[in-house]
Amino acid sequence: MLTVAGLGPAALAARLRGPGLRLQTGPFVTCVHSPLAGLAGTLGAMYADYPVLAEGSVADFHVRLSRSTGLRRFVRPQVHFHYDGMAPFQPLPLDQAFPMFEWAMNWCVSSQANSWLLIHAAVVEKGGVAAILPAPPGSGKSTLCAALVNRGWRLLSDELTMVRLGDGNIDPLPRPVSLKNASIGIIRDYAPAAAFTRPVADTVKGTVAHMRASSDSVARAAEAAAPAWIVFPQWQAGAAATLVPVPQARAHMRVAENAFNYSLLGEAGFDAVARLVETARTFDFRYSVLDDAIAVFEQLLAQRA
Amino acid sequence: MRPPLPLLLQALRAPGAMARFSEREWDLLLRQALAANLAPTLGLLAEEHGVLAALPARVVRRFAWARTVWERHLLAVDFELGQLRRALGETGLPLILLKGTAYAAAGLPASAGRLFSDIDLLVPKDCLPEVESLLLLHGWAGTHHDEYDQRYYREWMHELPPMQHMRRASVVDVHHAILPETAAMRPDPARLRAAARPIPGRDGFYTLAPCDMVLHSAVHLFSEGEYHHGLRDLFDLHRLLVDFGADPGFWAALPARARELELARPLSYALRYCTRLLGTPVPAAVLEAAAGGAPNPALLALMDALFLRALQPPHPSCADAFDSAARAVLYIRGNWLRMPPLLLSRHLFHKAFLSPKAEPAQ
Repeated sequence: MLTVAGLGPAALAARLRGPGLRLQTGPFVTCVHSPLAGLAGTLGAMYADYPVLAEGSVADFHVRLSRSTGLRRFVRPQVHFHYDGMAPFQPLPLDQAFPMFEWAMNWCVSSQANSWLLIHAAVVEKGGVAAILPAPPGSGKSTLCAALVNRGWRLLSDELTMVRLGDGNIDPLPRPVSLKNASIGIIRDYAPAAAFTRPVADTVKGTVAHMRASSDSVARAAEAAAPAWIVFPQWQAGAAATLVPVPQARAHMRVAENAFNYSLLGEAGFDAVARLVETARTFDFRYSVLDDAIAVFEQLLAQRA
Repeated sequence: MRPPLPLLLQALRAPGAMARFSEREWDLLLRQALAANLAPTLGLLAEEHGVLAALPARVVRRFAWARTVWERHLLAVDFELGQLRRALGETGLPLILLKGTAYAAAGLPASAGRLFSDIDLLVPKDCLPEVESLLLLHGWAGTHHDEYDQRYYREWMHELPPMQHMRRASVVDVHHAILPETAAMRPDPARLRAAARPIPGRDGFYTLAPCDMVLHSAVHLFSEGEYHHGLRDLFDLHRLLVDFGADPGFWAALPARARELELARPLSYALRYCTRLLGTPVPAAVLEAAAGGAPNPALLALMDALFLRALQPPHPSCADAFDSAARAVLYIRGNWLRMPPLLLSRHLFHKAFLSPKAEPAQ
């Protein structure tokens, strides 16, 4: 199977400039076009292990990231995102090309992939069962997710939990983990062996860096997991790691609020969330120290065995 | 003028042919269908023609995604119609639905896979104040508060400023005619209302008569300024014609009704471009009768150059070097048809220099 690393940097850049790179991430194929050399470099590093499909195969999404034309080429150049000719977002400073690529990849899925209930949540797996971490920005969801996947849990996704409508299991969509501001330093110290992009300052989310998904998580991207826990994390300075159970009805509403397509799916969306909160135990979780938080997740796993 | 017909037009003309497309062709066809807002429609056509199972798995899955959106849309339309009836039932007016809303409410084949954003309603002009105040009472608020916009709609246009529900954000367009007060063509709305037909199973709601539905769709498409939905709207016409054409009386009545409503020109365009681009089966005698409404040959050649471009799928793969020029000319034409030149120049001047700037899109 051809991978991004197998293509090599020259062929990767040529595909991005020319016919498009048909990149497989989880169950999706995205055809990526971009003449930006910087983006090709970062993409080559962050997506080295991902499969590349042959030219002419059907892609789910066609995206293009390109530089401004005209005067903007020289004065504060920008990067533009086009979804097959449409421009759903405002351009960003050129420096933010890779974060924009990641946001665009999330948007492609969250706005269209309606064969799943799509929850805005990180999700990790161990022993065949998954912990879903939905949370608003700033709650420490990505930090906790990054810590867990560096301590033996498998990354299913950092942003998009995809619950199958048929059997309620979760399909992985492993992609780089997005870290913001102070989290970047914390996770670098916590996982010195992990690979990171260069931090990009002054994005709408502050300073952003991405951590590469492990080769194991990418290799096992077709392996679904059964949901076992829904944990709403909240980082709080000095707090002891504590789990507080959330009643089912409340859990249903909170999962629905965090889903992209709950209302769109109608009855199927209601059924999917109902099944999810019935099979998975839901908690509010406060923590301040990552090691303590991970110990709590290990206890949850041990209780199941 | 373009050697191979775009894949999307091939698929719409002969949905069974979809089974023969290669992976590479599907990759492009899906993109054309998505750009033209026809993905849900194409999926339903594949199913109707029994070829869905023969398509690549990724295509079938994409059609399912699109279908979910359409099914949710139908539920929402159903709900909004119920709310509208609750709001306006006491007027005792026949609630005549137009365009996409009418196709969906009546379950016409033209509604399969079709999404639309507004509920379009036709009422007599002298009932506008009553309808407007009842809609206000039930939570729909006017959207254009600028004094100039109010005047634009209330004096010159054929509808109230769009009314948006404060909680559900659904939009109702209340029309009293199908063309602006300031346009040269002025089909008499009383004739349209008199011929309207109740929708079976939807108490209080009506559609226009079949001929009038076709003529309204045609006049709407061919006096538009914006052709992003051009192909979708042409396909509406195609499906209406195929559906209603099963009744022989329909074809006999159509050209005469067009003349009666002063809509012979848009009908001639509709039949010309439907047959050319979508292969719509129109009886020769009807084509001949309708051709009487066409403009002189020189103008017709120009219109061909414009419409045969603007009605292509709005996707880069279907655009030639003159595509954006054609769309620009049609944009100006659309405004031209809406208002006499002096009023139009005044309107454009006001919009450019005097109207408050729109809020930046979120």
